Amino acid sequence: MLPAALRDAVLAGLVASALALPMLGFRLVDSATGLTLAGRFDLVAWAAGIVFCGRLVIRLLPPLPGLPALPAGTKNLRLGAGWILAVIALVLPFLPFADRNLVDKATLVLIYVMLGWGLNIVVGLAGLLDLGFVAFYAVGAYSYALLSQTFGLSFWICLPLAGMLSAGFGLALGFPVLRLRGDYLAIVTLGFGEIIRVILQNWQDVTGGPMGISGIERPSLFGLSFKAVAPEGHQTFADFFGLDYSADHRVIFLYFLILALALATNLFTLRIRRLPVGRAWEALREDEIACRSLGINPTAVKLSAFALGAMFAGFAGSFFATRQGFISPESFTFIESAVILAIVVLGGMGSQIGIVLAAVLLVGLPEWFRELQQYRMLAFGGAMVLIMLWKPSGLLSHREPTIRLGDPR
Amino acid sequence: MEYFLQQLINGLTLGAIYGLIAIGYTMVYGIIGMINFAHGEIYMLGAFISLIAFLAATTIGGTSVPIALLITLFATMILTSLWGWTVERVAYRPLRGAPRLAPLISAIGVSIVLQNFSQLAQGARVKPLPPVFHGGITLMEGNDFTVSLNWLQMVIMALTLVLMAGFTWVITRTSLGRAQRACEQDMKMASLLGVDVDRIVSATFVMGAMLASVAGLMVTLYYGVIDFYIGFLAGIKAFTAAVLGGIGSLPGAMLGGLLIGLIEAFWSGYFSIEYKDVATFGVLVMVLLFRPTGLLGRPDVEKI
Amino acid sequence: MSLPLLDVEHVTMRFGGLFAVNDLSFSARSGEITAVIGPNGAGKTTLFNCITGFYKPQVGRMALRHPALDHLGGELLLERLDDHAINRRARVARTFQNIRLFAKMSVLENLIVAQHTALMAASAFSLAGLLGLRRYRDAERAAVARARHWLDRVALTGHADTAAGSLPYGHQRRLEIARAMCTDPLLLCLDEPAAGLNPRESAELNRLLRSIRDQDGIGLLLIEHDMSVVMEISDQVVVLDYGRKIAEGSPAEVKRDPTVIRAYLGEPEDADLPPELTGGPSC
Repeated sequence: MLPAALRDAVLAGLVASALALPMLGFRLVDSATGLTLAGRFDLVAWAAGIVFCGRLVIRLLPPLPGLPALPAGTKNLRLGAGWILAVIALVLPFLPFADRNLVDKATLVLIYVMLGWGLNIVVGLAGLLDLGFVAFYAVGAYSYALLSQTFGLSFWICLPLAGMLSAGFGLALGFPVLRLRGDYLAIVTLGFGEIIRVILQNWQDVTGGPMGISGIERPSLFGLSFKAVAPEGHQTFADFFGLDYSADHRVIFLYFLILALALATNLFTLRIRRLPVGRAWEALREDEIACRSLGINPTAVKLSAFALGAMFAGFAGSFFATRQGFISPESFTFIESAVILAIVVLGGMGSQIGIVLAAVLLVGLPEWFRELQQYRMLAFGGAMVLIMLWKPSGLLSHREPTIRLGDPR
Repeated sequence: MEYFLQQLINGLTLGAIYGLIAIGYTMVYGIIGMINFAHGEIYMLGAFISLIAFLAATTIGGTSVPIALLITLFATMILTSLWGWTVERVAYRPLRGAPRLAPLISAIGVSIVLQNFSQLAQGARVKPLPPVFHGGITLMEGNDFTVSLNWLQMVIMALTLVLMAGFTWVITRTSLGRAQRACEQDMKMASLLGVDVDRIVSATFVMGAMLASVAGLMVTLYYGVIDFYIGFLAGIKAFTAAVLGGIGSLPGAMLGGLLIGLIEAFWSGYFSIEYKDVATFGVLVMVLLFRPTGLLGRPDVEKI
Repeated sequence: MSLPLLDVEHVTMRFGGLFAVNDLSFSARSGEITAVIGPNGAGKTTLFNCITGFYKPQVGRMALRHPALDHLGGELLLERLDDHAINRRARVARTFQNIRLFAKMSVLENLIVAQHTALMAASAFSLAGLLGLRRYRDAERAAVARARHWLDRVALTGHADTAAGSLPYGHQRRLEIARAMCTDPLLLCLDEPAAGLNPRESAELNRLLRSIRDQDGIGLLLIEHDMSVVMEISDQVVVLDYGRKIAEGSPAEVKRDPTVIRAYLGEPEDADLPPELTGGPSC
């Protein structure tokens, strides 16, 4: 046991040093005479040593236990967990330790939860691999920004419009390409995401190009503004409730706004899963040919999933625009699509609570390590790999039937 | 006409590079049916390693550029393929038989790791390398435009041809290639017949990484600037090329690569350089709509 | 005798140079079980795929006639319909040789999905359901009742809430038939329903198919290798070889037909009838 493990670890160490030799052992340095190399072979030794020890430990330790499998009939448990999470989310801004920073981060996590729930319709339920989901998010954000700046429409009018526009884009893209098989669909959606980004980047007159759009109108609560001084004919939130003005009000308001949007997405998904369309999505994911033999039109069913997923991305995009007050193509790169997809897959493909967990893990946790900038992304990618290796079918992959024979109706 | 010819040469050069990367995608897809998202980063690593190896070779070995390049070529291929092997071993092999999306997410994770690792290790700024090759031949002289084919472009095309020939030989004539083709057809059956599937998959990743590393070397020499971010776009383009040519088909990957290179060169030359990616993906969508399995892909009869 | 339910006329399906089905004509009636038999590669599954729209034959007509289709003109040409429209409009349902269930969904869900068309109409494309309208809840209750009926008939009621993929093989076969029947078909096409069943399950299957024929009065079209099933339950047998029809008739007639025997055994003179052709026990 030990000699074998030792040999294995030595081998791993050797491989590590060979891997590290060019990339870590030398550093490319810009100097007056052009590029030169600087050696730092101590790093190679470190890498080899760490890998050697790590490998040895892995070989000698018993394998990591998996999460205890949830016992059968955990419907109530899961329902309970859902309610507890919802209550925590509701009172979060008023907890003693909740400062502006925390609420801000929670808002960000909720954006990803909502995006995850939206993409879950497409990937988790309908089984369509979409690598360009961020495009619909971008369409939503730019729709709101442009509608509000060009026509002076308020957030509450733009929100549904942006959702519809995104859904329209989903339909327009989906109609020709949804006939394609899984991986072809993936590359086409990826391409579509890039196309949208390139257009946003280059169509200067409309989108502002790489500079983006700034000064986007902030939302109001039934006409109550969150600014320090209300615009003509309006009242501020603080005045109306007789509070002292505080910038925190807006932060908290935005938090509740995205919470409401996300919960609406969740309720919608939970509901539609129990309806013919939702069941057809899942059936299509399981076996398209069988669906066709049962009279289900796969194109129509796929399109509905695609459009609805896009619609929620559009809502989330509008919220993003109004929260930031500024958008640019940089916010809508492929990495965003990858993160959202990772949230859905890590969450367990179709599990609503799993997506919340994955979003907290992938988006919330790294936020606390912002100071470590570059190491943060390194750890983020590493975490994606490790979680997949640990739980290949996601954190919560148990599926509850949408209807039971004994259910009261 | 002169301008057209020049764009053709540029396009073919670029296309050869895309084609070499695309082969890695198509082979891996053919055998284990996964999109190896990290392949673009392997190419990026190849570019960095080649740059480092070249500088090291010239610092140690003196001034003979051809010899330094030869050393660089071999060092790059070996070291980069080791990266390819490791990625498969660590991040993909444990996921064989897992749900379809698990390896994809793992691959995206690897891609993020490699990108940020390179940025940390070598810095975020672009790395310029002064031209190594000078001169070329003038093919045609018009009134106000000269068509030239420089030495480097010739080297790139020649090297691509040599690699393709060698590669075709490996796939069609050696026992390794036979085992690879067997795994592509039916992995379970191949393993029952005594093919060591793990070894074959490893070999596939190694071969793919080798070709990608050569592409990395070529890009380093051809454009003279690299950074940690080049893997992403080149990866997408090469994957697009693989799909365009018909994923799983090796000649298809090369053809797709050349086409993408040509589309880009001509679109940039005649229309707008900003929208060249839009043109590439536009062509991809059009091709897939009319030939859903790509140009040279086997039409896929639905098994019912 | 009533008019035939399905008329297949001169259907030809080519793959490249290979004639999988060649100038084939036959008909099937309501309230009868029509078996299509033939050696491996005779074109049986291809024929099914043509009838259910997964393939489009190059030549030929497949007409479905039934009083229930009167509002659509009484006759539908299957080759003109998309695969998913064939079940929805012409009410032809099928099962598959390699069972195709929705493996992760529960048994009951499989049967509810089969009633997609009816439920979609009742829920106004799910909108009424989204709003929780009465109309949809009634429709869903009816769908569950129908599913329950078929669960009882295929003896799977106790498994209603388990995932379809975790059922034993024989149960999966029965579930697939129940799922096809939940679409309320006029013609049910079964692709080797007895494959992989043990003798007891096979006998249960025969009972089920007969009850579908007699109680529900629909037409059944059956591809089968298991001759005991074919001989025992079919009313009419069509024999294919290399895509052509080589014999047709009652099981007894077909059994005696020298062409059939030759197709199965090669040469006629030394051909003692194999046990499966005489309806004896088979594996």
